[in-house]
Amino acid sequence: MNQESRKFFIAGFALLVAVLYVVRLFYVQIVDDKYKLDARNQAFLYVTDYPPRGAIYDRNGKLLVYNQVAYDLMVVPRDLKNCDTAGLCKILNITIEDFKSRLKRLSGSLDFARQDYRSHIFESQMLPELNARIQERLYKFDGFYVQSRTVRKYPTPIAAHLLGYIGEVDDRITRKDKYYKSGDYIGKSGIEKGYEEYLRGKKGVQIKMRDVHNNIKGSFKNGLYDTASVPGLSLMSTLDADLQLYVEQLLQNKIGGLAAIDPTTGEILALVTSPTYDPNLLVGRDFPKNYSMLLQDTLGRPLFNRALQAMYPPGSTFKLMNSLIGLQEGTLTPQTTYGCARGFPLLGGKPKCHPHGSPTDLEGAIATSCNSYFSYVYKAIIDNNKVTRDTKDGYERWRQYVLSFGVGEKLGTDLPFDAKGIVPTSKYYDKVFGKNAWKALTLSGVGLGIGQGELSVTPLQMCNIVCAIANRGHFYTPHIIRSVGKDPKPLPQWAIKHQTMVTNKQHFEAVVQGMSSVMTAGTGRGVNVPELDMCGKTGTAQNPHGDDHSVFVCFAPRNNPKICVAVLVENAGYGSAWAAPIASLTIERYLTGKTNRPEMEKNMMEGDLIHKHPAGKKQTTH
Amino acid sequence: MREKSEGLFYNVDWLTVTIYLLLMMMGWFNIYSAVYDPVKSDVFNMERLESKQLLFAVLSILLAFSILIIDASFFTVSAYALYGGVVLLNLLVLVAGTEIKGSHSWFKVGGFTFQPGEFAKWATALALAKFMSGVNPANLKKSVWTALGILGLPMAIIMVLQDETGVALVFSAFTIVLYREGIIQGWWLLVGLGIVLCVVLGIKYQDNFVYYAGSVVAIGIASLLFIRRRFKNILIVLFGVVFFIGALFAGPKVLEKMPEHQAGRIKVWLGLPVSQAIEDRYGYNTRQSMIAIGSGGAMGKGYLEGTQTKFRFVPEQETDFIFCTVGEEWGFAGSALVVLLYTILIVRLVFMAERQRSDFTRIYGYAVAAVLFFHLVINVGMTIGIIPVIGIPLPFFSYGGSSLISFTILVFIFVKLDSQRLLVLR
Ligand SMILES: [Zn+2]
Repeated sequence: MNQESRKFFIAGFALLVAVLYVVRLFYVQIVDDKYKLDARNQAFLYVTDYPPRGAIYDRNGKLLVYNQVAYDLMVVPRDLKNCDTAGLCKILNITIEDFKSRLKRLSGSLDFARQDYRSHIFESQMLPELNARIQERLYKFDGFYVQSRTVRKYPTPIAAHLLGYIGEVDDRITRKDKYYKSGDYIGKSGIEKGYEEYLRGKKGVQIKMRDVHNNIKGSFKNGLYDTASVPGLSLMSTLDADLQLYVEQLLQNKIGGLAAIDPTTGEILALVTSPTYDPNLLVGRDFPKNYSMLLQDTLGRPLFNRALQAMYPPGSTFKLMNSLIGLQEGTLTPQTTYGCARGFPLLGGKPKCHPHGSPTDLEGAIATSCNSYFSYVYKAIIDNNKVTRDTKDGYERWRQYVLSFGVGEKLGTDLPFDAKGIVPTSKYYDKVFGKNAWKALTLSGVGLGIGQGELSVTPLQMCNIVCAIANRGHFYTPHIIRSVGKDPKPLPQWAIKHQTMVTNKQHFEAVVQGMSSVMTAGTGRGVNVPELDMCGKTGTAQNPHGDDHSVFVCFAPRNNPKICVAVLVENAGYGSAWAAPIASLTIERYLTGKTNRPEMEKNMMEGDLIHKHPAGKKQTTH
Repeated sequence: MREKSEGLFYNVDWLTVTIYLLLMMMGWFNIYSAVYDPVKSDVFNMERLESKQLLFAVLSILLAFSILIIDASFFTVSAYALYGGVVLLNLLVLVAGTEIKGSHSWFKVGGFTFQPGEFAKWATALALAKFMSGVNPANLKKSVWTALGILGLPMAIIMVLQDETGVALVFSAFTIVLYREGIIQGWWLLVGLGIVLCVVLGIKYQDNFVYYAGSVVAIGIASLLFIRRRFKNILIVLFGVVFFIGALFAGPKVLEKMPEHQAGRIKVWLGLPVSQAIEDRYGYNTRQSMIAIGSGGAMGKGYLEGTQTKFRFVPEQETDFIFCTVGEEWGFAGSALVVLLYTILIVRLVFMAERQRSDFTRIYGYAVAAVLFFHLVINVGMTIGIIPVIGIPLPFFSYGGSSLISFTILVFIFVKLDSQRLLVLR
């Protein structure tokens, strides 16, 4: 037996083991990333440096939103062993079961919590008073620490929907956008959402190293990988805080919306929805409670921004649009006269009309808001045989005109969640009436001539139409933020001029003349302020679900207009009853800084259309 | 026979000496890092481990010189005396020693402690070499019990009386020497490994079908041995079968008999279901050690930049878990290099042992290689989760005077013996 050959077995075995170990090291150190992640979680403490969010100012430099300090109670579940849980629960006013279920939610399971090194927000946005009570006994709450954050504060509780609110980011976003980590705040609506990227600034992070006893051992690589936070940019809004507050008061206890725009720039001066709420309600740890309280108000739906999102039939105010299209198409002249037989004669008196002198020309028809006249006008546009082949073609041509006024598509405003409005396509009518089975008269019959039918616009779009009229043919995208940061120059996208398809200024003058007559001799004469040179149009939008909506649009002064207003008050009857006085007061307030009609003002402010129903009876549209 | 006195370094194996110095130097730098403190670290402060280790290193090098000066025949002549002395020392420590971490295995002299169990390694290697080189090849079979006795005595004292299982287990490495010398056969080692494997399998899959599968495999192995040996030793074969099956069934019983800390480590190692408390207590070391090594990546975090070791997540990181610092700060490149250096050293020692004309030197050389190999396999294996936690140091690397000095003695006696390979025929 050759013993010497055993040396090969021995050396071979040693080499085999060495290879096995090197392979294992390769796997553990290079292939498997699990250990690297564990190491970071154990030895690094990522301290986020949250920058202050940008402030928001109104057009006169008045502060609308700023920051106040709030405190997040942070927990590192692994370190809870000696925590006075009962004491903490008492301060936070929660039960031990709540405590455990929160921990379970944060760590995934109570078992995992025992080795969970991560920091989680246990209680967010504590205000200074609660924080003080926690701080007093923090030494007893092992595993907890307090991290200061900023939350929003509103010096005057106005424009809640415009400003929007911020809240903890949800998982959907943290998965999509690497900037956000669970527990971060993000703008959820309004300006806070629309301008999130400017307002948030840039988070900084400090990577601290900690030892096995959780003692901080200084910065990782002397702060080489730390980043400083960059404060959020402040925003200069176009809002007139004084006007906004005033209109909110006018609209209180009513359901509806108002938009006021400076037509020369598209700047939104006021955008009010009613009922509204105090923006301070959606701040701090009471957010969830208050939010669900607001959600539960299904009658007023205070979280719903009607000025931006509610779609209403434009009603008689749309007669202005049809006048302009008719004039541009050449199917209507200011001198065109049509008769009225308490209704549209071609369809046996439908749509109905109210008693007035007949026949009328365009100016008279606008002033009296004659339904018959505009049904004729509409039929003539659609049946414009000179340029259109058939009804469908005529309708689509009309539709393009309407779209050019910013209706039926998103306006491109900087406020999120704006509604598009509805201008049906010809396909829709094919479906309703059958292919080629509808004529111009059919459409007049459903009320497209007088702003009824399937037409829907938001109050903001309604106001934008008025801007186009006031500007005699063009508009600027309505917007709420003029400039960002220290640079006072307006954002470039707001300088873009949108020309409507009605290009002849003369046509506008004809319509404006009619709107002026509305104020001096027509349906708006009750709210006219002669020295302001106002132009307006009442509307009473039929509402299949209840009483008609009261609508009014106007601008002033007639030449070089400074403000356009559109108001809709739900279930308030005639346009002249509620919408017109509110619009008129709004214009007076903006242009003169005061109002001289205390009684009207008092009636409007005190009028309660929510709690006791108005005694207006249903009527034909004005 | 010193007619050709060629000086102190005549015929010294420089590769061995270089690797020895290299490993000791790397070890010292890693200890410096493992106990690093930006304020307190100080090479000349005897309160600090890095300066103590530096002192041990200097002492070791002086000791290495001394060994090279001494005539090699001193070790052959006094092998039994040294062995006897060290065994006595290991008994003495039971009464005169200081209790450290619950075991009576340390002497305390001044500010330094010293573990005689470490010295037993080279003393036993000397005694084994002395005994086996004197055995008449005809009496090889009978000598096995004496040989086992020589290594079993200190092993038993250290394991049972001193309660230092890790140190004691090292003596099982000497079976490799017995195998090389033909005192035990290869299949003995295979059977031994098989029994250990059966015990482990029995523990891992208790109350499972593996019992039966294992029994079949055991019978299969036994049958193979039986066929090869041709009816010659039927009793041994039957014993083998009984042993394998018995080991399988004994597994869980063995686990029950083990002290809690050993049973806990083995349960965690095998991934058996354990309570959170057991997992935290006995799984912690391995988990932290693997996090440290695994987080090192390909090139490591850089010297003194390790977070897991420096911030004391890894326990015993300057002693038994020093390899974690290597893995974390030098990455795969560093840890693979260290494994490679040890492997080169071990293979070199085998090569050197085989070139001897003297049986004594060859046997001693194999003993050195076997001890180093055993330490490498157990220590590194434990840090990367291949082997359950057994507390033995990484030679030349781990902090500790006793182990560094005794490994130096172990290696340099062989370097001295090897340097005279051409002069003497013992
Ligand atoms: Zn009429």
